[in-house]
Amino acid sequence: MTASTAEQTSSSGSKGSEPPVPEGAITVTVKIRRFNTEFDDEPRWDSFEIPALPSDRVLNLLHYVKWYLDGTLTFRRSCAHGICGSDAMRINGVNRLACKVLLKDLLSAGGKPTTITIEPIKGLPVHKDLLVDMEPFFEAFRAVQPYLINYSPEPTRERLQSAADRERFDDTTKCILCACCTTSCPVYWTDGSYFGPAAIVNAHRFIFDSRDEGAEERLDILSDKEGVWRCRTTFNCTDACPRGIQVTKAIQEVKRALLFKRV
Amino acid sequence: MQFHKYDVVIIGAGGAGMRAAIESGQRARTAVLTKLYPTRSHTGAAQGGMCAALANVEEDNWEWHTFDTIKGGDYLVDQDAAEIMAKEAIDAVLDLEKMGLPFNRTPEGKIDQRRFGGHTRNHGEAAVRRACYAADRTGHMILQTLYQNCVKHGIEFFNEFYVLDICMTETADGPVCTGAVAYELATGEIHVFHAKSVIFATGGFGKVFKTTSNAHTLTGDGMGIVFRKGLPLEDMEFYQFHPTGLAGLGILLTEGARGEGAILRNADGERFMERYAPTIKDLAPRDIVARSMALEVLEGRGAGPNKDYVLLDCTHLGAEVLETKLPDITEFARTYLAVDPVTEPVPVYPTAHYAMGGIPTNVHGEVLRDNDHVVPGLYAAGECACVSVHGANRLGTNSLLDINVFGRRAGIAAAEYALAHDHVDLPENPAAVVEAQVALVLSEHGHERVADIRIALQATMDANASVYRTEDTLKQALHDVQALKERYARITVQDKGKRFNTDLLEAVELGFLLELAEVLVVGALARKESRGGHAREDYPTRDDTNFMRHSMYYKQGEALSADIRLDYKPVTFTRYQPMERKY
Repeated sequence: MTASTAEQTSSSGSKGSEPPVPEGAITVTVKIRRFNTEFDDEPRWDSFEIPALPSDRVLNLLHYVKWYLDGTLTFRRSCAHGICGSDAMRINGVNRLACKVLLKDLLSAGGKPTTITIEPIKGLPVHKDLLVDMEPFFEAFRAVQPYLINYSPEPTRERLQSAADRERFDDTTKCILCACCTTSCPVYWTDGSYFGPAAIVNAHRFIFDSRDEGAEERLDILSDKEGVWRCRTTFNCTDACPRGIQVTKAIQEVKRALLFKRV
Repeated sequence: MQFHKYDVVIIGAGGAGMRAAIESGQRARTAVLTKLYPTRSHTGAAQGGMCAALANVEEDNWEWHTFDTIKGGDYLVDQDAAEIMAKEAIDAVLDLEKMGLPFNRTPEGKIDQRRFGGHTRNHGEAAVRRACYAADRTGHMILQTLYQNCVKHGIEFFNEFYVLDICMTETADGPVCTGAVAYELATGEIHVFHAKSVIFATGGFGKVFKTTSNAHTLTGDGMGIVFRKGLPLEDMEFYQFHPTGLAGLGILLTEGARGEGAILRNADGERFMERYAPTIKDLAPRDIVARSMALEVLEGRGAGPNKDYVLLDCTHLGAEVLETKLPDITEFARTYLAVDPVTEPVPVYPTAHYAMGGIPTNVHGEVLRDNDHVVPGLYAAGECACVSVHGANRLGTNSLLDINVFGRRAGIAAAEYALAHDHVDLPENPAAVVEAQVALVLSEHGHERVADIRIALQATMDANASVYRTEDTLKQALHDVQALKERYARITVQDKGKRFNTDLLEAVELGFLLELAEVLVVGALARKESRGGHAREDYPTRDDTNFMRHSMYYKQGEALSADIRLDYKPVTFTRYQPMERKY
């Protein structure tokens, strides 16, 4: 193979110039809710015109803004393919991971100009732009004893579990703690002391694990006034989950376990 | 500035960091400092499995696993370390199961196991089912399970604390590690953590490449900090390209797909791995499969309109296997390429994936300051470390194993060291380096944009230092990286604030990337042979006479452009003599 120079393979522009527009790009407007609690008294909206490919993720558009237009735009992201759960945000009014929504699914019909609205997830205090305080969310998670509780003596080998018993809680093991569900819940918006769907999903993951012996303790916690009974079955959480977890169903199963005192 | 005092400070909250924390936190006062929130780390992106010779589904033993690891690493593996890893793998898996990890099960209720690249029965006879797995989200389940157990044990986390330096105190017996200095992202405040022992568990540096399976945040911070302290890095030229990244995107599709029977095909539909690895075919180790794919494309047998990828054919596996055993990768292909693996083959091409090299340690996780001495109080584990159990090429699943076995070992060793020693005084002005670094980035001293330099770096590394390398391409890469370092001296950031300044964060990360890219290229130039993940077209064979030894790199001086000194360290052999590597 032959050497390629940096000049051939990249744009080496100075500040101010933007990278070359790729073939097939269209221009879209990205409207972002901005709020820097260090300097701003109140939030505002900023709009940016961006050239983008239909196959781009919304995260690509945010990076374009941050890297070329406004370095102060702030959001979290890491894996960029829907596994780490960092980049939950409200995209056109619904909670999504920015790395899992493609532009082609947001384009206006009939080739009309497209505007994409991006806001922070709701119900958690905003620190800066799209970055919110995750501490209340993780506090609720930690409160449900989200770990295996087992009082029996440990076997020398693995604990046995049938494939059917393993399947029983498979769905709720997929949770990536992104907070899409919890911050889509109208009950959580009005009363942040509700545990919220994600914490209940993670309790479900252990309550229905045949190896676990802590169901009673967890159900006690969840029958609290801030617990599962606050859920009004609006299904926002299920719609919001980027992992496709049947969140509302999991909450219903926990309610049923409480009513009938059995798992 | 704030001061904190702990026995043990762990930097990084991925698999290795949290596995260490579970051990250390139960023995000594421990703090975990992490750039990301826990559970965001890239351990969670690992898919296929974690190998251990449980022999749950067929005959297996840890000695075969040791041999596979050493042969897979093209004999650059330290054999004592590989033996420890394969032996302790069994308990590492059982420990995770007892912590609650939901492994897939056999009909008898035992942990199920699947085939994986390079893992064989009886020294290469045939592929063996050794990888314990939880669908294709094994890394996710490991990360979640470890975090759950950190919650259970009340481990103290400092979230979004970006460590930028460690403290080294000179003593009569040489340098000792006495703490770490972190930049708190929320406030811009600098924190000094005085500690008896410090563990690096900061992961890899895949972002030196453009096409990579790595997260945006994998910028080699820990390796970079250690290197800037004048401590060595080991075997950095050995970088793994995972064969099956989604074409054009680099998103990982697990080797577990081939473990379940998926087949790589070229544009003619030919199962080309039969030509390159007649015995285990598609389940050859990653370096061999990645090179074979690159050759198919170079020789014009690539698929697609530009003939620039090959195809991963899962269609014969059936919807049920895909939905139950490989659900995540099925969804990735659908979401990002609009290809349904149930009915169509998936376009794939090698993607930069894993650093075999890193911070040299012994089998207790203690960091080496040269070939013979450790730095008391300093430890490293996981991808940022080089024990070396992966040698010139890591086998699939051995990284999840590495973080569990050596994360645990480092956690125990660091806590025991802390219990047996007093705090050594911090050096004078422990935060001076970090204060100056942050002030410099925020000051007005040029107008180069961070993103431009990073993108140019990634482009030259992809073009010139990836699957195949030559003297010419590597010299070009070196020239480019050095020019980019000069531009880096003139960067500017727009965000001058203190609150969650991720503009500043990206600038600092780029500094580490540039530094590590240069080490990789310098090492690749010096290693005039082909071994494992390092393939030189101009030196196509392995040269055991001159290069059966680890590379050790030292930074000479403090400037970003300082020279790199190259030294060598012998490989540890126990019972396996180097042989030609055939599969």
